[in-house]
Amino acid sequence: MTALLSSTAPGTRDAALSDYALRLGDDSLILGQRLGEWCGHAPALEVDLSVANFGLDLIGQAILFLGIAGTVEDKGRDADRLAFHRDVLAFRNCLLVEQPNGDFARTMARQFLFSTMQVALFDALTHSTDARLAEIAAKAVKEVRYHAELAADWVIRLGDGTEESHGRMVDGFDWCWRFVEEMFDMDETELALASEGIAVDRATLRAGFDARVEDVLREATLPVPAYPRAVRGGRRGHHSEHLGHLLATMQFLPRTYPDAVW
Amino acid sequence: MSRDWPLWEVFIRSKGGLSHKHVGSVHAPDSELALRHARDVYTRRQEGISLWVVRSSDIVASDPAQDGPMFEPAESKVYRHPTFYDIPDVVTHI
Repeated sequence: MTALLSSTAPGTRDAALSDYALRLGDDSLILGQRLGEWCGHAPALEVDLSVANFGLDLIGQAILFLGIAGTVEDKGRDADRLAFHRDVLAFRNCLLVEQPNGDFARTMARQFLFSTMQVALFDALTHSTDARLAEIAAKAVKEVRYHAELAADWVIRLGDGTEESHGRMVDGFDWCWRFVEEMFDMDETELALASEGIAVDRATLRAGFDARVEDVLREATLPVPAYPRAVRGGRRGHHSEHLGHLLATMQFLPRTYPDAVW
Repeated sequence: MSRDWPLWEVFIRSKGGLSHKHVGSVHAPDSELALRHARDVYTRRQEGISLWVVRSSDIVASDPAQDGPMFEPAESKVYRHPTFYDIPDVVTHI
């Protein structure tokens, strides 16, 4: 793959980099919006704040990544424009983050799987040859390490809790397993960027991810099932119906009142 | 859910050299999550560099009904205050 980018025009590389930043930003943005839905509804005030903090951290990351996507793309779109004025087919997030919250157990299953991946990804991304990506990753990895730890704490407590909480944790993970593979997919865009040291080769993160998931699930007395057939397509804009509903809520105000400020 | 959880008192050290100070309380099922809840509720705006949590039920408190014998005898002992010394300006936190 090394030859791929060195033989391509700078414009192609910019398009790839912009797409990559969009993927990173959309993952954080969509999960951040999802977590915001818990605001005022979490099982306890303390948990409400934990989950809202996660969401705000993620939206902060999204602003930075989408800012880069817009700058590199150079079509005059800033982070807000990309977040609020793109249609569903133009979103590049993985399918896991757009899944509905379900109950608290499912939200924590989703969070644990995503944050565990994100820690490994951002750890590696701090070595990116693109200084902007490396800098965001260095800041964000501390946030997501905390997310991964707190989510693991909940997985363990609910899994190894009562019969009901154990059952809900099993159901929560059962909803999520099919979306795990996609988080580690590499396509031409990312392979080309990885060959230049800009992007992370996600395949290299998988063994560490699997080991951590197995450790936590074992401690939580939860089964580690064989992964079901993977569902994918988010990176190409093929989303579940859930994303459209999420965007309707998220984008309604800026689209209806384009000049609104606060 | 939180009604079933024990209460924990939260103490924050705002910076090196200062003591931990009581800031409030959180509900949590165990000590580890109590620390996390304290972090999430009380340190969102860089309030501190160190956290303590302690089960509220483990705190031994003085009896408000005993305020008189406990605290009032100190009222008339002004000579116990170090107000007769000049403290140099460079000495802070006293």
